Amino acid sequence: MGALFSLGVVIALVLVALVGVKGAHLQSLFGVVIPYLAVITFFIGLIYRVVKWGKTPVPFKIPTTCGQQKSLPWIKYSKLESPATGWEVFLRMALEVLLFRSLFRNLKMQRSGERVVYGSAKWLWLGGILFHYSFLVVLIRHLRLFTNPVPSFVRLIESFDGFLQIGLPNLMMTGVVLLGAATYLFLRRIYIPSVRYISLPADYFPLFLIMAIATTGILMRYFIRVDVIKVKELTMGLARLNPTVPDGIGTIFYIHIFLVSTLFAYFPFSKLVHLGGIFLSPTRNLANNSRMVRHVNPWLYPVKVHTYEEYEEEFREKMVSVGIPVEKPLETKETEEASEEESEGKE
Amino acid sequence: MYDGGKIITGIIIFLLFATFPFYYNIGKAHVKPDPKLDTPVIKQLKEKKCVESKSYMRAYHMQLLDDWRNQALRKANRTYRNEEGKLFEISLQNTCMKCHSNKQKFCDECHKYAEVKPYCWDCHFVKEAKEGGAAR
Repeated sequence: MGALFSLGVVIALVLVALVGVKGAHLQSLFGVVIPYLAVITFFIGLIYRVVKWGKTPVPFKIPTTCGQQKSLPWIKYSKLESPATGWEVFLRMALEVLLFRSLFRNLKMQRSGERVVYGSAKWLWLGGILFHYSFLVVLIRHLRLFTNPVPSFVRLIESFDGFLQIGLPNLMMTGVVLLGAATYLFLRRIYIPSVRYISLPADYFPLFLIMAIATTGILMRYFIRVDVIKVKELTMGLARLNPTVPDGIGTIFYIHIFLVSTLFAYFPFSKLVHLGGIFLSPTRNLANNSRMVRHVNPWLYPVKVHTYEEYEEEFREKMVSVGIPVEKPLETKETEEASEEESEGKE
Repeated sequence: MYDGGKIITGIIIFLLFATFPFYYNIGKAHVKPDPKLDTPVIKQLKEKKCVESKSYMRAYHMQLLDDWRNQALRKANRTYRNEEGKLFEISLQNTCMKCHSNKQKFCDECHKYAEVKPYCWDCHFVKEAKEGGAAR
């Protein structure tokens, strides 16, 4: 259900751009206004979310650990699984962000006769890492449309990406890998019953959207070609904040840019914001040093305490009368009077 | 904000990467490509028309050339029939470059702008152009 709904939304988006450009000739709306609004939404939304997370207090040290904690000097501790210093946290975070380490440790539970066995399950990690890195390369490659002269690193990445020299224009491997990985991530949600059960439209929609973006991009590069020079005139106008809309760019370009704008605008409101969220995960970015450094709850306020001394002072007579042992014995009347007399005598 | 210094540093680093195209182009002149069609051969043509229509050539010329390469070298077919049924000799050097003899001011003009490095010239050599001299 969720999948069909999301597919329907993406198809509707394609139709909106198709009708808007082919029918209503709203080239400047789809080529300039919407992309700008989307990028502004993306930046403001993302920063807002990150700042909001930054303002949220973390009352406890809650790093997830799966290794020996640092304690006595002769006990070897696990620096990555239970980081004790900021540097070790940095290393752990870097491996998490760059290599998706926690996904790599994904396990699958299976029954082997009467026994339960845990085996490694790397497919999700492989699909995820291929998806993210190809998306990164595709993004960097697109800089050739937004810079003039094009910086050399873009040229370098593009020459590696088109290394196979299949067809003309050269086949870019990452484009195909991106579409393939996104398709795998979608099929995984459909075919694994437990994953399908927990999948929502918010899980399917970004996948369909990215699949549609990759498809329109591939179509535009290899099959329904557009005049790249005019496209670059438009995109350079966007980057130089001096927008122009050249005539005669194919509709497929406007569909592509409208879907990309949707992705940018949708980003801060969705699960995609894990781009920033991963850095602010308290279970990952805190050091497990609660034995060495006191973590003060940020919302700690002065608590009214009633110590045992005060308690005993208040109830001593009652405690003694029912036979509860007290720390300070009850002072008898005579001794009190005697002490009073003594003090009076001194005066 | 808790750990505000670190978070704001992170946001600034992110913005430096993400807004790259917006500040990279500042102060750089935006020269639009202007391919020249003023070679002597083209000037003498009565009907100034390429192998296929202008819009088709602008978008698909690389696929046409790829097809020409495969036809000529792999299938030994040296004749191309265009949309209108007109016949052309399949040859980069003798057909394309006969009119567009100004590689620097025709081919390279757009290829540089779009950052495309065609590998035609890995095998072909550029004839001495009558205008602008040899390219490459």
